Amino acid sequence: MTKTHNSCGLCRIDIENLTVVSGQDILIENINLDFHCGQLTALIGRNGAGKTTLIRAILGEREYTGNISYKEHNNGEIKRPRIGYVPQHLIFDKNTPVSVIDFMTASKSKRPVWLGHRKKDREKIKNQLEELECGHVIDRRLGELSGGELQRVLLATALDPLPDFLILDEPVSGVDVNGLDLFYKMVSKLRDSYHIAILLVSHDLSLIKKYADKAVLIDKTVVASGDVDEVFKTDSFKQIFGFMDLEV
Amino acid sequence: MDTLYKIMEIVMPFDFMNYEFMKNALLATIVVSPLFAILGTMAVNNKMAFFSDALGHSAFTGIAIGVLLGLKNPIISMLAFGIFLSLIITKVKSTNTASTDTIISVFSSLSMALGIVILSKNGGFSKYSSYLIGDILTVTPKEILLILVVLICTIIIWHIIYNSLLLVSINTSLAASRNIKTHLIENIFVALVAVAVMLSIKWIGILTINSMLILPAASARNISSNTRQYHGITIILGLISGISGLIISFYGDTSASATMVLVSSLFFFITLGIRKFVR
Repeated sequence: MTKTHNSCGLCRIDIENLTVVSGQDILIENINLDFHCGQLTALIGRNGAGKTTLIRAILGEREYTGNISYKEHNNGEIKRPRIGYVPQHLIFDKNTPVSVIDFMTASKSKRPVWLGHRKKDREKIKNQLEELECGHVIDRRLGELSGGELQRVLLATALDPLPDFLILDEPVSGVDVNGLDLFYKMVSKLRDSYHIAILLVSHDLSLIKKYADKAVLIDKTVVASGDVDEVFKTDSFKQIFGFMDLEV
Repeated sequence: MDTLYKIMEIVMPFDFMNYEFMKNALLATIVVSPLFAILGTMAVNNKMAFFSDALGHSAFTGIAIGVLLGLKNPIISMLAFGIFLSLIITKVKSTNTASTDTIISVFSSLSMALGIVILSKNGGFSKYSSYLIGDILTVTPKEILLILVVLICTIIIWHIIYNSLLLVSINTSLAASRNIKTHLIENIFVALVAVAVMLSIKWIGILTINSMLILPAASARNISSNTRQYHGITIILGLISGISGLIISFYGDTSASATMVLVSSLFFFITLGIRKFVR
């Protein structure tokens, strides 16, 4: 039995027979997975295993065959699911004159940010940032933020409006060890207090063991999935990651 | 128009204001500068300096197509070809793995060479060489009105798509996760740039149009820390460089657009120098 937290655990995202091809190459094939609200699922695999492709298919950026559906707890379908996405990294010019509040407002509001910001919008964003312990960065340029601060800003952005499915793409790169642990703690807290399913792409196996409820190992297709401990014990896992000291 | 001329004479009682062509040129500058400034903010964010350069060069092919089709005014064929080229470059950029610079360079060279070959057949190219540096003093009130319409349309479109465009420029996957149609937004933007460039290239010139688009935004970027400042400073710098460039060119008897670019470049170095203290 996998762990679930405060959520009902009944809302789910079903992925059936998902295949993505690029020209002659099959990037991922026959992926079958389900994610439940209140669960933190870690997606692992070697480089080039298709993790990013899978995420881009879920985001609707890549064409795919197969089916992705979002179900409510009563099995009703969510027609326009909200997906929160924290990208792996943002490649942008550090001099870009975009402040944190510009960026967060642009993500959710239709009112163009070149008009400036209304006081009530500003207060709301300030509160959202303070919840993730980074209220002080609201007027800084995105390029001025540290790796950890940027990740938290991206997380705060992904959480408004509250998504049905939160996808975190390797959010640990460029963040120091303490920032990383803090980030995982925040994500766990979200999982416990909100009604969302979380998919986390990560390389940090010790943190996955500490915080994730489920793990999915892919190599073009799903080679193992289930409880983190079980997946870590499979032969495929050992082949890909070697024998590791898992007692952390 | 007469009332407008009178107002201008009262506001600016200088001797260059005695000439109607200067009044028209000044009005054109006041309309064109903000248009290019607004579009420039995003062109610089998206690192499209080279793209707009290619677009300018392609004007020759637009004119050539017009000549081949026997059009009296080649503006229609220039617009059509400009939009076509910008959409093609954007498409190829998103699907091809070769470096963007190389792709744009290939399109730029091709469309410039093709236009020159067609226009220079039978030795008639000198007729079109005025497009190279442009001449804002020949602008007519009708043309100013056309640009004004484009400016108003641009502001409306900017109002609608800016937030989406900003997210796409920061990260396309992130934009896609927000249900933004990233390709559509990008295409609207490049088409808008194509329209602005093609409609004003006759007075600004193929060689200088890119600077009008890029320089004010590049200068403002040095000293802005948010989007609102960025827009405000870009528009102000665009207007100051445009107007002062025009006036200096009148007294110095030089090319107006090139003089505007010189003033713009000066601003770039000034802002670069003071950015540590301002930001």
